[in-house]
Amino acid sequence: MRFMAGIDIGSTYTKAAIINDSGELLGTGLHKTGFRLNEAAEAALTSALDDSGVLREKIAYVATTGYGRNQVVFRDVQVTDLTAQSWGSRFFFPGTRTVLDVGGQTMKAMRLDGTGKVQSFRLNDKCAAGTGAFLEKTARYLGYSIEEIGPLAEYSKESVPISGVCAVFAESEVINHVSNGAQPADIMHGAMISLIERSVRLMKRVRMEPEFTVVGGIARFPTMIRVMREQLGQDVNLPPEPLVQLTGAIGAALLARRRLEKREIDDSARDAAVESAQ
Amino acid sequence: MAYAAGVDVGSTQTKAVVLDEAGSVIGRALIPTGANVVAAAENAFSQALEGQAIADTEVGFVVGTGYGRYRVEFGDTQITEIVCHARGAAHMFPATRTVLDMGGQDTKAIRIREGGDVLDFCMNDKCAAGTGRFLQSAAAALELDLSDLGPVALQGRRPVPISTTCTVFAESEVLSWLARGKRIEDILAGVHRSIASRSIALLRRVGIEGEVTYTGGVTRNPAMVAVLDEMLDLHMNVSEESHYMGALGAALFALERMVKARTGADREEVAS
Repeated sequence: MRFMAGIDIGSTYTKAAIINDSGELLGTGLHKTGFRLNEAAEAALTSALDDSGVLREKIAYVATTGYGRNQVVFRDVQVTDLTAQSWGSRFFFPGTRTVLDVGGQTMKAMRLDGTGKVQSFRLNDKCAAGTGAFLEKTARYLGYSIEEIGPLAEYSKESVPISGVCAVFAESEVINHVSNGAQPADIMHGAMISLIERSVRLMKRVRMEPEFTVVGGIARFPTMIRVMREQLGQDVNLPPEPLVQLTGAIGAALLARRRLEKREIDDSARDAAVESAQ
Repeated sequence: MAYAAGVDVGSTQTKAVVLDEAGSVIGRALIPTGANVVAAAENAFSQALEGQAIADTEVGFVVGTGYGRYRVEFGDTQITEIVCHARGAAHMFPATRTVLDMGGQDTKAIRIREGGDVLDFCMNDKCAAGTGRFLQSAAAALELDLSDLGPVALQGRRPVPISTTCTVFAESEVLSWLARGKRIEDILAGVHRSIASRSIALLRRVGIEGEVTYTGGVTRNPAMVAVLDEMLDLHMNVSEESHYMGALGAALFALERMVKARTGADREEVAS
């Protein structure tokens, strides 16, 4: 039996997934990215190996993706985030036609055809207002940690409007709301609504079609998905917790498997050609 | 003797300037704005009067300016900071035709007529990129004092290219350059260039004419002054007063209104 690994080096977290020859997911790992990208990839892979019980030397192929994909020295191939997320989303929901991926520093929307090929995509990586960093900043201004974002918003009874134009300007907005007696939970809820409004605009620009699948770090906050369903008036697929952050890594692993198979087919075709020539 | 005052409540700092009837600055103050904007305005005003034998009742007219101008509860009227910076700059440097005001959360390019009337202006209304906030984020990321940034950046010989626009992402970019072994002075030199290029883009949108006067809190940063001069290929007017320019302009308007109100009252008296 052979195994493949996919590693997704994101701006905030590095994720790894191990699959086998038949494309079954065996284990995953997660590690803070920090600034040493190769080490983060190594650490995430090690915990995915521990999780799956697979030995390092049994890994036949490693595909990397995410913003740090080129910094990993032990990779066999690197794939773009878009392709990896497309494959990862379809792993869970084969009917996926639109993917929204919101990570710590990027927001991406893409439309896929029936075979998973990316037809159109739009991306924001210039402005923190449309990314997880916006929620992180809002939480920090309110005196909460990243881990508390999800539970905090769950408490909200009604949301406070947050303009969401700039993650820096949000600070004075948040301070104003707090001094006017608004509840932190309601402010957090408002920040989430503002982020979802931005993501729906991005999805409209790729001419979204159902089924919708949401992936990336922010998808782990239940309030986000609820607001998204409300705003789209449609159901939204969500990969099962805790794999929602791992779709990129899983997609990369699936692409590693395809690459390996293709290479073997090419190799045997070449061998056959060499043989017949002799 | 009567006095006039201007109070400029900025996003980061609150400035106050007090003028005598002759238009000379007799007191000024600068304090952090903080969360209580009303108190900041009051404190800056009373600090500007401190050590002077002047009661606040002797101040005949107060103009509030800056983003918190409507929170200057003792103010007689409010004027936007764009108009006040233009007025202050024209007063200090009469040949000024272009003003660059760089504050804590916004940067404005203003083109003015002789005397200080505003012809056109342009500002970063969408986001904090290219403002003093970018420097604050860099200082926080590098654990430096804001006032040390400029002197350290001036030591930089090979500015690191800063690719991010967003202030939030710049913080992580700064740290990643540090992790890659770049020297702090070179990183900071790059940060200053990045902010300068955004404000120069604003200046070009209004058109650079005549003398350029630099105002606002970031004028205190010697590296920003040097890099702007270098990239613009000119010498901007900068003075000790640059940081107080908005408050000075507001005080000049206050003085004008006070004199006008009084002559108006005199005329009424004569008429009756």
